[in-house]
Amino acid sequence: MNEPNAKPGGWAAANARNTLLLAYWTGAWVATQALAVFGPGRLWSSGQTLTALVLLANVATGVGMILAFRRHLNGLDELQKRIQLEAMALCLGVGLVAGMAFSTLYVTKLIPFDAKISHLVILMGLTYLAGILLGHRKYQ
Amino acid sequence: MKNRLKVLRAERDWTQAQLAERLEVSRQTVNAIEKGKFDPSLPLAFKAARLFGMAIEDIFQDEAAA
Repeated sequence: MNEPNAKPGGWAAANARNTLLLAYWTGAWVATQALAVFGPGRLWSSGQTLTALVLLANVATGVGMILAFRRHLNGLDELQKRIQLEAMALCLGVGLVAGMAFSTLYVTKLIPFDAKISHLVILMGLTYLAGILLGHRKYQ
Repeated sequence: MKNRLKVLRAERDWTQAQLAERLEVSRQTVNAIEKGKFDPSLPLAFKAARLFGMAIEDIFQDEAAA
């Protein structure tokens, strides 16, 4: 058999490492976000300084997450980059259109509840996930 | 764009995963190129040509020109 000189631990391993790194940074960002939101009043009763420090850690891990995501994207191959681009385009479009519509619904009092940013974040997250799944299906 | 990637790979008894590793892309990308669902960039086409020791036009053909 004519074996190609495949290098174990090459591109695929680097890709897996980048994905894992992104997962770590995302986990840290989510954890510090939860701590910043639920910590004051539940884990510590007073102390604005501690809350500010946790928020600072949240922003710092957020920056780390962004850099890890950029590294992850740069490590992908061209088809994977295209899938990501199409998913992000869908996510941005849905986020913009639905965000503006949601905001208008709130301003015109057509909805009885507050238009929270978390609703938009959840919608964008689900749209991005659906975009990735559709992309993988399209090029299967 | 048509291509002979599947034939060339089969001639060497390589799996899609082995070819993908050699080209430093995912197996899904090799599969999509073989099925004609995705056209590779020029650098990737050159890489495939170097790997098989052939000219690009011997591997990839423009369907409109055929």
